[in-house]
Amino acid sequence: MTISLDPQKTNNESLQPKGWLRYFSFSLDHKVIGIQYLVCGFLFYLIGGTLASAIRIELASPMSDFMPRDVYNQVLTLHGTIMIFLWIVPVVNGAFGNYLIPFYVGARDMAFPRLNAVAFWLIPPSGLMLVASYFVEGAAQAGWTAYPPLSITTPQSGQIIWILSVLLLGGSSIFGGINFIATIIKLRRPGLKLMQLPMYCWAMLGTSLLVVLSTPVLAGTLILLSFDIIAHTGFFNPVLGGNVVVYQHLFWFYSHPAVYIMVLPAFGLVSEILPVHARKPLFGYTTMVFSIMGIVVLGLVVWAHHMFTSGTPPWMRLFFTIATAFIAVPTGIKFFNWVATLWGGKISINSAMLFSCGFIINFVFGGITGVALAQVPFDIHVHDTYFVVAHFHYIVYGGTVFIIFSSIYHWFPKVTGKMLNEKLGILHFIITFIGFNLCFAPQHWLGLNGMPRRVAEYDPQFQFVNQISSLGALLMAISTIPFLINVFLSVRNGKNAGDNPWNALTPEWLTSSPPPVENWEGEAPLVEEPYGYGKEISEQK
Amino acid sequence: MTTLDSSKEIQKNNSEVKETHEDFRMFGLITFLIADGMTFAGFFAAYLTYKAVNPLPDGAIYELELPIPTLNTILLLVSSATFHKAGKALLKDKNSDSQKWLFFTAFLGIIFLICQLFEYFHLPFGLTDNLFASTFYALTGFHGLHVTLGTLMILIIAWQSRINGGRLTSQNMFPLEAVELYWHFVDGIWVILFIILYLL
Repeated sequence: MTISLDPQKTNNESLQPKGWLRYFSFSLDHKVIGIQYLVCGFLFYLIGGTLASAIRIELASPMSDFMPRDVYNQVLTLHGTIMIFLWIVPVVNGAFGNYLIPFYVGARDMAFPRLNAVAFWLIPPSGLMLVASYFVEGAAQAGWTAYPPLSITTPQSGQIIWILSVLLLGGSSIFGGINFIATIIKLRRPGLKLMQLPMYCWAMLGTSLLVVLSTPVLAGTLILLSFDIIAHTGFFNPVLGGNVVVYQHLFWFYSHPAVYIMVLPAFGLVSEILPVHARKPLFGYTTMVFSIMGIVVLGLVVWAHHMFTSGTPPWMRLFFTIATAFIAVPTGIKFFNWVATLWGGKISINSAMLFSCGFIINFVFGGITGVALAQVPFDIHVHDTYFVVAHFHYIVYGGTVFIIFSSIYHWFPKVTGKMLNEKLGILHFIITFIGFNLCFAPQHWLGLNGMPRRVAEYDPQFQFVNQISSLGALLMAISTIPFLINVFLSVRNGKNAGDNPWNALTPEWLTSSPPPVENWEGEAPLVEEPYGYGKEISEQK
Repeated sequence: MTTLDSSKEIQKNNSEVKETHEDFRMFGLITFLIADGMTFAGFFAAYLTYKAVNPLPDGAIYELELPIPTLNTILLLVSSATFHKAGKALLKDKNSDSQKWLFFTAFLGIIFLICQLFEYFHLPFGLTDNLFASTFYALTGFHGLHVTLGTLMILIIAWQSRINGGRLTSQNMFPLEAVELYWHFVDGIWVILFIILYLL
């Protein structure tokens, strides 16, 4: 059976808003949805960033003087939840995935355009609900992990709104994942083989598998947690005979893969950006594909390394330590491949390239501390200290957020047809890179010396280092300003980019900028070698 | 903006070239059911862990009566077969036969739900009595929600398969096939649930 491939027309195109209004409509165009994800995510990034600044202001002095302690707990909970579920996951998956995947598979839209629009429109209401919960009775206070019994004993309404919001965001994520899997597997242009796909497709395929397999477990867990809060059942309440460790297992069964859901797409994006700006084919395509799939499989069986202090039996500690250490192998392969891609390339030092290189540097640090944290004796020493905070932010900010900015600099010309200002872009990179490392590198030392995380007060001996960290956070906040100026100026009067300013070979650059509604003027081009840079030169030799 | 002009051109192009692709709605549904199955897997894992490590208080009742759930298992298995019959009938363009089988399937689903409620009202424990009771109600309740949704969807497609002007025909089998797959999935989950919760 065949069905007509006209997602736009079935929605009665004459009724669709045009121009900027379409970004506020239930548009079925994957490019519009991608931009909706990106802008919505960025607004929540600004909110989450404001909360992070509040945390760093509080921690600039050892006493709890900037805000009450329970407000501090709410702020750190909302900061974590917003940054993970409303900024990074929607943007690296939803925004870039929606924008790029149909181009990469040679399609006119995603496999299920309506489901796609539903998945996006679940995000703004649940995000607003989460932010608004602050005004109800205080927002959730139990951290983004919502560990019981803390989440059962803190004020209920905020926690319930938090659960509802995360459930909706999880649903959005699952719908997105189903759509990506169907698009990549089923909607490929005839003649395009799997092993000819750009690397981002593979990354999104792996990520979507993780989303589909692990997010429902989180949903089930949170439903049980809400039973505990509303109906006073005892699933996770030790007083009623329940078991908090079961919650931790189920929670981390989603939330460890969630780290790969945030990071694998970034791995895919950097694999697109580096070959273009180094004018070299991506090194080791096949090993990249296998290491992505290796990370997917291993990523599902390492969750208990978050729980080494939760009374895990020795055999479990042994298994999860070894499994976690193994993940360093496929990840390491990818890093060597990226460095080998740069090696001997004709590298242009522009904003996209700088942010990608910043990613490689930061992520190696985060990866090394990650392998260290997988070792039980070390983990027990630094568990719940600022060492974990530093490690996590090196992965998620130093890794993924750097790639989000790199991707914005790389694909902005395609989306708008205008170039971003390079000087402001490089300024943005310098401030972000210095600010980020100033903020989080000292936290390794704080953690090793025993400063606990998620507490508003600390031992005065840590004050100086905390102030350095807060200064870094200030720089990170400032770094957003040149970026925003750059985007607003460039959208209005940026230099015209032309269709392919980077002379890139991947399919999205082979159409006009901005691309037409159904992506291609005629038939979709067949790109057999998305990374075939410098071919002629090597043949001449 | 250039988008508007080029979109008109595209429309023109599209009316010339009729593009089609295979129907992969079923593929999407299977992916969704895998996700849904993982929710149940999480519940089952939680239940089995509790059973292994969390002792129940003295005097807690965790033995269940078997007659009603056994009847329910048979009801659901038969309903899977009747649903299959409905699909077969529709394929041969016997719409009214198909509609009868669908109504019969929905009827079995409703009987299942009534039996389930009857069991709930006659159980010696309530939702918050102990860990076993809570897990029992959460698992069977979540499954019952799936049966309720499935029954509603069967009634909808039975309505769609009416003879005059119905949307469901042998040319457009997808709604029936999709609900059928979902129904078999719900049955399969029930069999696993029956074994784990009642027999183990």
